[in-house]
Amino acid sequence: MRHSTRFAFWTKAVQAGTLALAVCFSLGATDASSRFNDLGHRMMCTCSCAQLLGECNHVGCPESGRERDELKAAIADGKSDQEILSWFSAKYGATMLAAPTTKGFDLVAWIAPFAVLAAATLGTFLLVRRWSVSRTALAAVDTSTMDPAERERREKIRRETGEGGF
Amino acid sequence: MAAFGSFALLIALALAAYNLLAGAFALRVIATGQATAVSPERLADTARRAGIAGFLAITAAAFALIYSVFTNDFSITYIMEHSNRALPGAYKFSALWSGQEGSLLLWAWLLAVYGFVLRLTHKTDVKLYAYAGTILAGIQVFFLAILCFAAPPFALYQGAIPDDGNGLNPLLQYPEMVIHPPMLYLGYVGFSVPFCFALGALMMRYPGEKWIRTTRVWTLVTWLFLTAGIFLGMHWAYAVLGWGGYWGWDPVENASLMPWLTGTAFLHSVMMQEKKGMMKSWNVWLIFVTFLLTLLGTLLTRAGLVSSVHAFAQSSIGTWFVVFMGIVLAVCIFTYILQRSHLKSEHHLESLVSREASFLFNNLVLLTACFVILLGTLYPVVSEYVEGHKVTMGPPWYNAVELPVGIFLLFLTGVGPLLPWRSASLKSIRRNFVLPVIMLWVAVAVCLAAGVRPWKDGAFQQGSFYALVSFAMAAAVLTAILSEFFRGAGVISRQTGKNLFMATWLLTRRNTRRYGGYIIHIGVVIVVIGLAGAAFNKNTESELALHDKMTIGPYTLECVGFTQDSNLNYNSEYALIDVYKGTERAKALAIDRWVLGIIPIFHIVPLQMAPEKRIYLATEQPQTMVAIHSVPSWDLYVVYEGTNPDTGQPIIKAFLNPLVGWIWAGLVILVFGTLIALVPALTPATASLRVPARTAPSEPALRGGHL
Repeated sequence: MRHSTRFAFWTKAVQAGTLALAVCFSLGATDASSRFNDLGHRMMCTCSCAQLLGECNHVGCPESGRERDELKAAIADGKSDQEILSWFSAKYGATMLAAPTTKGFDLVAWIAPFAVLAAATLGTFLLVRRWSVSRTALAAVDTSTMDPAERERREKIRRETGEGGF
Repeated sequence: MAAFGSFALLIALALAAYNLLAGAFALRVIATGQATAVSPERLADTARRAGIAGFLAITAAAFALIYSVFTNDFSITYIMEHSNRALPGAYKFSALWSGQEGSLLLWAWLLAVYGFVLRLTHKTDVKLYAYAGTILAGIQVFFLAILCFAAPPFALYQGAIPDDGNGLNPLLQYPEMVIHPPMLYLGYVGFSVPFCFALGALMMRYPGEKWIRTTRVWTLVTWLFLTAGIFLGMHWAYAVLGWGGYWGWDPVENASLMPWLTGTAFLHSVMMQEKKGMMKSWNVWLIFVTFLLTLLGTLLTRAGLVSSVHAFAQSSIGTWFVVFMGIVLAVCIFTYILQRSHLKSEHHLESLVSREASFLFNNLVLLTACFVILLGTLYPVVSEYVEGHKVTMGPPWYNAVELPVGIFLLFLTGVGPLLPWRSASLKSIRRNFVLPVIMLWVAVAVCLAAGVRPWKDGAFQQGSFYALVSFAMAAAVLTAILSEFFRGAGVISRQTGKNLFMATWLLTRRNTRRYGGYIIHIGVVIVVIGLAGAAFNKNTESELALHDKMTIGPYTLECVGFTQDSNLNYNSEYALIDVYKGTERAKALAIDRWVLGIIPIFHIVPLQMAPEKRIYLATEQPQTMVAIHSVPSWDLYVVYEGTNPDTGQPIIKAFLNPLVGWIWAGLVILVFGTLIALVPALTPATASLRVPARTAPSEPALRGGHL
């Protein structure tokens, strides 16, 4: 009973934490300057300086000034973020966007890292669990019937790995 | 000199080939026990000696190139393309790695240096070293073959020999560029050695884990060089490129980070093999992959596979690297399949909450980070193949996918040392984790109070959010590591009566590996704090007439002059800017004099900055020389962007970059920790001699002991 109460408490705590995090993430930038800053950091300058549009203002850049003006105009026209990004992508090419889109094949770039991490974590978890189970089975072996040298070796390993070392 | 250099390379190739073939034949004969006319042991020794002679031949070739640079021998194409008469002496060395042929020669020479040391110390374990030396000779053959046939550094210039060369790339004309590439190469090339030992040990079915102890120093030193090389590159990018950042996720930067990640994973997981006979296959593959990633990095740099600011022009040697990587991979797979029965683990993990499990997860996260970077580096190529167009994998993508992975890794950095081997009890977890968790929440509260908030004007700030999490996690990890130190030091202090500082020193000396590792972790935490500061970078740009001012953060910058200068190597324009903090002139430390020629004595002076722009005469390329005023809380970073052609006045861009100095401080701690980890620990016998217990034996007994 006490165990289930504790479980319920932690479940609610995790839910509350997730909700708080979701609220944080859902608070979107709404005013024009925030949107300009946000979108400026989601596109690259096309002058080959390899900088984000929002950060490229080096003297003599033939592209960034015009592109930023276009971005300001698009925001003033009331276009959505997606419409603006699509417009820039259509005009300057897909490399204008600082990150792949979340559509079609490009979705792979977003999913793969977390899928790999999740799969590897799950795999590791299952592997360790399997090892733990097999070890429990091994522990049941009667060591008194074991070869003394083997028993001593096992004991030595236990002693040596019990403490110390990095 | 060109003929001498070319001939030296050919001799080196012949010697390396002999080392490989004779060594392989001798080892095969020894392994099978066949009878031969020549003693295989003597044959193997001649192979080893050929390897040593090869080092001398490659050194002669490297010397020939350096000599040609210093004597302005423009009959050699490479010298003509990468040097000029007015180039300062220190940068003439940089010419060695400023182009493809020279950098490959540097690679081959460093490989020969490692091989030379390896072959000289062969008595440590004659058979294992013979295997490692022979495999290393195989790698040498590859690089020397490229140098002799595909990218010859001594190729002669066709046509009339020019009076002067094209000059060195201006980006390389900076003091750190004299040291950053060799450091990075020492790291890259160095991973060949543990690779050779791992492959050799697998081929000969080396009994036990002694080979790991043998190669530990090699691996750690290599890792240290790679780490230092990466950080020096970051600092160079920060100080020279003038964009205010230090890491741009450029493919070549990524290429250096990938073997670092797998190498770091290897350094951790190898401890499990050494201590518990676990993860043998895993470790072997980690070092195989690390070596392959160093080759991939070189391929990316030279083959034009991906576009990069570092990449050399596209050349045919990319094919050589692809083929060699294929051969290496085939040999690794073949050897592994043949000998995999030798790699059976003696033990398995007992609990998910244990030191071993934390190492396992650490490996998992490091490899995921490596995979993410590999994906980001190669994805544009894949996308072009699948969809017909390239995409950009810029900072937004890396920040979105790599930052959570990095924070998880930071978490493990703190958790790992707190967990005991085998399994942890709930009581020990509670005891070890209470203080770090408290410090985590204290850090959150302090950060929020100090204005580090993940929202601004109702909008979520991703950068601030990650910075907040990083600061909080850093506080927890730092507390965890320091509490480990103090716990151990407290025990020693009670036992010996020494003060806490001396007890901590003794504790570290007694187990240099463990506490050196902890110091490295502290360095990593300090670096992370520095990186998190990037979320709060500010910048502003202004055209400044004489005595015009601009403001950034607490600083006011006043232009008090702008002028031009010229020398044989470059023309320069620079501005003189007085810096005020509030109404007072900001202060800075300046070197007053040197004591004994090495110890600087500082004095405080009013802060004046002089950002500069140079135009190098030989290449006619511009170069930024950033003025940086660094204090623990931030860097004031001032760039001379150029002049307005209409007014002739300088345009100054100023950045305020919080906590950047912490990154470089973290590197110093990290290097210190690695050096500590390399020092042999005090043996119990030595320790007992040097640190008598509080209840010291009587004086005669001690004397007797010493006698």
